[in-house]
Amino acid sequence: MNKTINLEAIAEKYKKDVAALERRIVLCAGTGCVANGALKVRDELVQELKKAGLDTKIELDEHDDDFTGTYVSKSGCQGFCQMGPLLHIEPDGILYTKVKVEDVAEIVEKTLIGGELIERLLFHDPATDKYCKGDDDIPFYNRQKRFVLKNCMIEPDSIEEYISKGGYEGVHKAVTKMTSEDVCKDVLASGLRGRGGGGFPTGLKWKFTLAYKNAKKYVICNGDEGDPGAFMDRSVMEGNPHSVIEGMMIAAKAIEGNEGYVYVRTEYPLAVKRMRHAVAAAEKAGLLGDNLFGTDFSFKLQVMEGAGAFVCGEETALIASIEGKRGMPMPKPPFPAESGLWGKPTVINNVETLASIPMILLNGPEIYKAMGTEKSPGTKTFALTGHVANTGLIEVPFGTTLREIVYNIGGGVTNNAGEATGEDFKSVQIGGPSGGCLTPEMLDMPLDFDSLKSVGAMVGSGGLVVMNNETCMIKIARFFMQFTQNESCGKCVPCREGTKQMLALLDDIIEGEADESTLKLLEQTARAVQLGSLCGLGKTAPNPVLSTLKYFREEYESHVFKKVCPTGECKALAQPEIDPEKCIGCTACVRKCPVDAISGEKRKAHYLDAEKCIKCGVCKETCRFDAILGL
Amino acid sequence: MEQKKQIVNRILKKNNHDESRLIPILQQIQGEFKFLSKELISYVATEIGVPPSQVYGVATFYAHFSLKPKGKYIIKLCDGTACHVKKSHGILEALYKKLELSEEKSTSDDMIFTVETVSCLGACGLAPVMLVNEQVYGQVTPEQAEQIIDELIETEKTIKGTIK
Repeated sequence: MNKTINLEAIAEKYKKDVAALERRIVLCAGTGCVANGALKVRDELVQELKKAGLDTKIELDEHDDDFTGTYVSKSGCQGFCQMGPLLHIEPDGILYTKVKVEDVAEIVEKTLIGGELIERLLFHDPATDKYCKGDDDIPFYNRQKRFVLKNCMIEPDSIEEYISKGGYEGVHKAVTKMTSEDVCKDVLASGLRGRGGGGFPTGLKWKFTLAYKNAKKYVICNGDEGDPGAFMDRSVMEGNPHSVIEGMMIAAKAIEGNEGYVYVRTEYPLAVKRMRHAVAAAEKAGLLGDNLFGTDFSFKLQVMEGAGAFVCGEETALIASIEGKRGMPMPKPPFPAESGLWGKPTVINNVETLASIPMILLNGPEIYKAMGTEKSPGTKTFALTGHVANTGLIEVPFGTTLREIVYNIGGGVTNNAGEATGEDFKSVQIGGPSGGCLTPEMLDMPLDFDSLKSVGAMVGSGGLVVMNNETCMIKIARFFMQFTQNESCGKCVPCREGTKQMLALLDDIIEGEADESTLKLLEQTARAVQLGSLCGLGKTAPNPVLSTLKYFREEYESHVFKKVCPTGECKALAQPEIDPEKCIGCTACVRKCPVDAISGEKRKAHYLDAEKCIKCGVCKETCRFDAILGL
Repeated sequence: MEQKKQIVNRILKKNNHDESRLIPILQQIQGEFKFLSKELISYVATEIGVPPSQVYGVATFYAHFSLKPKGKYIIKLCDGTACHVKKSHGILEALYKKLELSEEKSTSDDMIFTVETVSCLGACGLAPVMLVNEQVYGQVTPEQAEQIIDELIETEKTIKGTIK
């Protein structure tokens, strides 16, 4: 076995090989860019480069000592999904966006051979009306603080490149120079809090697990990122899988563990593939297995694919799933630290948490603690989506305001037509089905674990869904309720029945069948579910309803008492009528209406009978004069 | 059935007939046959020495497992938050209408198309997102979705010349 892997030598060699390259072209190959055709662009690029007589490779291996041509590599998600496929050209520092197969020949000819910039492929900043050459000029990137995502430009399938960036140095230090207690102490001192949602101090979790002695202990990476609207963990696993492995190794050292599982949800096939590839590469390099770094530290790792159950993000349910059972949660205590996987002491950490660990160990906890706020140190990745100009993956220090994220990084809120007018902000939903909705008044609140909790939301895994004025908040609350009701595992009554009743009450409101008792009952049920549920899923399931009830109460009241949906999204509450000013009496709608609710003579304004109308919207589609109102 | 059992036996052997590997076993079986039939569920249970109810319990708990056969093209429409606020529902309605399917009846009679929703595919930056087998389509409109279906129908016509 390779017991004394020489990280330094691998790093030096890789750096030398890369320095010898004439050019390196990095194509983003995250799920988003691949969907937009990034791999086709890559194939075309390689062909065109070869056609132009440029020496090209798509993989660097150990025999490439004297290769001096162009290296076309792929990377994980670079975050700017909206503008994909993204193509970086180094050392020129050029970023081309929305690259299509048809653009490739021009890129080779003009930029790579001619040294010219192609303006149309550069990012155009609407705020300054300027074309940006590279990442550093684009507000989306230069306003972020990339720590966990720092290495998202590396080739995820190359362990050598990860090592060349200081990879596996952290675990090397932990295993050869530190005791388990030291590692726990450093992580505790960094103030790192779990990124899975709860925000529990990671160092403390490890210390507790270390205290339970057992010959067999497990480290589990929770990659069951089920929150709709969140994809941070997917991006880390796809873009930098070795950082997760290294984080798990350090966790194993800290708790005296010897075996690990990476549990990845099945909806992320690319993350599963990249994690498996990385584990195999680490095994081959002698970084996983027995007696690592010439010490008695051993660690084995397996990748397990989930089977589609949101509740498995809950740690005890996840353990049951690895054991081959239905993924149902167990009451705590006993905590996994005492009795986890197959009854052995187990530590479970989130992907992003684990990916933060190597840098903390390597640079020392102080540097980490200096970022973010006092009680929530470090950075947080967020998935910025919904009605916002720049959607994608971002990373900012804790304490950044929502305004900075939505307006400066995100480029502002868009209306349903996709235009950023600057006036459409209604709410941001944070934390997925466990989180809450924030209002315009909270735009300047610094985001961290505690401030969000104080307004009834939570960091969750970090999904930020921006919503514009045309979004009905009751429908959003119903959307989340439907989700948790579907995903409730059915074990405990408050969650199983409570979520169902809450959903029915929300349906009443949307269908116009609510009365004065509905809101009160909804609130009472929500509190009961919150208090009585067994696991985090049920305990937090009412959050979207409670936060909208608190901050958008007028909208609820309008639905209940006036039977009006202010955004017009709730069809059942629509009050269709015909604008007599606009109607020219063409009778087109009369003929189309399936229930004969519209009557009228030719060339005279028509009349719509609201009693008969089924609000199907056919008349609105038919009318060429926008005379149908309220639908 | 005998031939199927042989394939299942191979999968079981690869997983050491290990009860704790039930989920990977079922995933691999579904990978072969696209769904888990009642016969195979009972067979797996007998082979690894657990009651069929336990295997059935696991198979019905996880959304990824299907006890019914699915179409050749499995269309998964993302209904995550980002896709939802970007009106993924309109796409679903368009697909249902086009293929004469519904929430209750998700597979077409000729076993070519299955339409289902998933809670999040994690491609929120491209919302709304639709998946046809492994192929991801981003920023889809109802019209584009219909067009994609038309193209698949064309492909099928060329292959078989029998589709309605």
